[in-house]
Amino acid sequence: MTVPSAAPNKPVMAKPLNVIVATDCGSTTTKAILIEKVGNEYRQTYRGEAPTTVEAPFEDVTRGVLNAIAEIEELSGRKILDGDTIITPCRDAKTGVDIYISTSSAGGGLQMMVTGVVQNMTGESAQRAALGAGAIVIDVLASNDGRLPHEKIERIRTMRPDMILMSGGTDGGAVTHVVEMAEYIAAADPRPRFGATYKLPLVYAGNKDAQPQVKKILGEKTALVLTDNIRPVLERENLAPARNKIHDLFLEHVMQQAPGYKKLIEMAGAPIMPTPAAVGVIMETIAKREHLNLIGVDIGGATTDVFSVFEGLFNRTVSANLGMSYSISNVLAEAGLANIMRWVPFTIDEQTLRNRIKNKMVRPTTIPQTLDELQIEHAIAREALRLALIHHKSLATALKGIQQERTISDAFEQQQSGKTLIDMLKLDLIVGSGGILSHAPRRIQSMLMMVDAYEPLGVTRLSVDSIFMMPHLGLLSTIDEKAATDVFVRDCMVYLGTCVAPIGQGNDGERCADYAITFPDGRIDKGQLSFGDLRLVPLASDQKASITIQPAKQMNLGAGAGVAVTREVQGGVVGLLLDGRGRPLQLPTDHDLRVAALKKWYQAVGLYPG
Amino acid sequence: MAHSYTPGLTVTEQATIRRRRLLSLPGTVLVTAGETVRANQPVARAELPGKVYPLNLANQLGVAPDEINEYLIKKAGDSVNKDEVLAENKPLIKWFKTEVLSPITGVVESLSTVTGQVLLREPPRVLELLGYVDGLIVEVIPLQGVVVETNCSLVQGIFGIGGETRGEIVIAVTSPDEVLTPRHLTPVMKGKVVVGGSFISSEALTRAKEVGVAGLVIGGIHDKDLRALLGYDLGVAITGTEQVGFTLILTEGFGTIPMAGKTFNLLSAHAGQQASISGATQIRAGVIRPEIIIPNVSASIAQSAATTLEREGIRIGDQVRVIRDPLFGKIGEVASLPSDLQKIPTESEVRVMEVRFPDGSKAVIPRTNIELIEGS
Repeated sequence: MTVPSAAPNKPVMAKPLNVIVATDCGSTTTKAILIEKVGNEYRQTYRGEAPTTVEAPFEDVTRGVLNAIAEIEELSGRKILDGDTIITPCRDAKTGVDIYISTSSAGGGLQMMVTGVVQNMTGESAQRAALGAGAIVIDVLASNDGRLPHEKIERIRTMRPDMILMSGGTDGGAVTHVVEMAEYIAAADPRPRFGATYKLPLVYAGNKDAQPQVKKILGEKTALVLTDNIRPVLERENLAPARNKIHDLFLEHVMQQAPGYKKLIEMAGAPIMPTPAAVGVIMETIAKREHLNLIGVDIGGATTDVFSVFEGLFNRTVSANLGMSYSISNVLAEAGLANIMRWVPFTIDEQTLRNRIKNKMVRPTTIPQTLDELQIEHAIAREALRLALIHHKSLATALKGIQQERTISDAFEQQQSGKTLIDMLKLDLIVGSGGILSHAPRRIQSMLMMVDAYEPLGVTRLSVDSIFMMPHLGLLSTIDEKAATDVFVRDCMVYLGTCVAPIGQGNDGERCADYAITFPDGRIDKGQLSFGDLRLVPLASDQKASITIQPAKQMNLGAGAGVAVTREVQGGVVGLLLDGRGRPLQLPTDHDLRVAALKKWYQAVGLYPG
Repeated sequence: MAHSYTPGLTVTEQATIRRRRLLSLPGTVLVTAGETVRANQPVARAELPGKVYPLNLANQLGVAPDEINEYLIKKAGDSVNKDEVLAENKPLIKWFKTEVLSPITGVVESLSTVTGQVLLREPPRVLELLGYVDGLIVEVIPLQGVVVETNCSLVQGIFGIGGETRGEIVIAVTSPDEVLTPRHLTPVMKGKVVVGGSFISSEALTRAKEVGVAGLVIGGIHDKDLRALLGYDLGVAITGTEQVGFTLILTEGFGTIPMAGKTFNLLSAHAGQQASISGATQIRAGVIRPEIIIPNVSASIAQSAATTLEREGIRIGDQVRVIRDPLFGKIGEVASLPSDLQKIPTESEVRVMEVRFPDGSKAVIPRTNIELIEGS
């Protein structure tokens, strides 16, 4: 695995690591994994989890960490804890670990406010820089955001971010607007979220000519750090220096203030990394290693993080209030009841469903106990995933506001600058992570949740994080590449299979496509896929098959309407999913027809028992 | 030790609790350690800087930003009244004179010769932080606030809206499974903390507002009625700042759910006494839950450290509440704690417990779907 530029510095390792304990302090639970060297390779051997304890009444994140590690101790028989300390390095075969490392998104993660001059230019660049560093962006202020100056000041004052990123202007351009924003920030005198007495960290990454004035205005009031402009010229973004500064300040300032983090930093053998930054490392590494276009998602209790790598360009967004426990009620508020209900294959009255969702919100650690409840949670997850991808598409774009050269052939295609980089037809792999995807009782459930939410086009492979360990491995890869790669390949990444989905619409039962699958043993499976069909063809993880699809004349698999396509497809624990439901996916609007269609699809792929 | 059940809500007759009372910005602490305070007594004070009004003088005077100093009547730091002249130009012909008037009463905070902007600030607003509970100051945090300790009866709710308030406890229903209706709410309940049973309807919520109750403590409510009360759909459970006319505390959850007998009996036993309540809820691991604190007037204020309400784990015989469908809201006791993972109808393999209900029936329930009813 390679180390991206934004990763923390590697600590110097005196001796090889044979036993590693890693935790991720999430918003709801702290997940610990034990990694041990077995023979010549590293394996993930035990896992434990416990409620996170960053807030009252405990207000010490290390309590949850110790509880989660204690569970590993119980299961593995290895003595790791000596009171409240982790025994490092290993003393013998059954005592201690060589290193303890941790990622964290507890306590709301890193919450940032960003400012720019033009909202969809420097404002968006600043947003991308903050998101890429693993932050949650709580607001974007810009000179042209439509708010009156005193409204901006009130907003800065009432939000309590962990950090502010200021951008604006190209180098050598006008300084007035960015200085004006600095004046607003100074007037608001913003207070940090944790700790009433320390100065709020502020990264200035705007027009370098305005640096002296910004320093004069904000130097005393904030912990100001100056860095290179994130948009030195209109046509180019330069996000890395700002991202690195954000990461440094996160460790130096923000983490030091969060309850128990001083202790956590002392316990850990490497810098604490924000969870989304660690998952980003993994996603970027997979895409680069296999030269893939990829979408990754980590759906948690409070947030859903989406990552994409298209043509080598990495983007990350976080949908701060889309999640499956803490934020579940917000998924209902944003998606609307009808959108959630369209995935539920039975009738339930609105009041009951709303009350159930609110009850999950107030008791976020509960799990579905009945099949109906599981299906409702899976329905909500589909909507959270869908909304988070829409959010991601809107931010993972080409630069806006730049001049484009147009030739005669472009004259009829008045494409605007700032087009999304996400091209579902060029997508090779979808990677899912997070409790609802990693812990689904059947793997097909994870696969279909992602297929329904993302509607992959043409031929797309899907995979899932086995038991949720991508954050741990993302961080580990910056310390011990081999250990991270070994565990990632053997224990973490579960390939679900491949989805084949023709683009276009048709009437139920009509021919959608003819297909011929040639299996490794030479067997050929020929068949017809009708509209409204969902078909699962077993194909093991270690197998590849060749599929030739002849779509109906109005259907397209990427080569054009009615043009046949032959592709090599990889199997997985689920297999090959032939999706004849059409794209865009349109569910019947009539309630009874919709329920019948869902039942038919769910049964066809063995989604649920019974 | 790690535990896979939800730490429960506390319902206890006797507890010593501490509450941190912190200003949102540095200020002055008004009390000293060892002092006894009342719930409605200010313990700290801060001055919230006034609102800022930016005004672009350069634009209004039609001059360059770096020239504005020449036109100023008021300088940075000067006090200014509403409609007082801040700056003016000096034309040769009087008719062309432009005066820029102050839109507020306050001070001139700063002037910028880069943007041509003047920032005016309104006078500060005094924020007083109350003691919240009757108790003893056990710690003073300089510039920030205090820690108050009290001996009390304590009831934690599951969810609430609205901030801190206090009032006399009045029981409006005769049993924990009775629905609180508008007819239960009478004018004598103005300013009081009204305890209902299993449910409150939107009509009764409207009536509570009319009556002017200080607080409502109820088993359950429908989500749609909460939405109507707030005027929006609550997406994330961070509450405490809502202003709906009263503080609302749910003890059980959403839907019609009888209040736990233990909670109802405890509150009934304290009818007529003053209670401090807060609807503030923040649901994360290690959550902030709404609370009803009834200071224990007969017991002396503890001089020792607060007794901890933490406990080690779950035991057979403990009283528990089921917190997920299909048995949501039912209360029973732990009958057995099998250690092996068991497959539940969703096909997940989880740790479970067997719960015995008052009618003698038993059910196997995932441990994560159980909540302890804590407190002795």
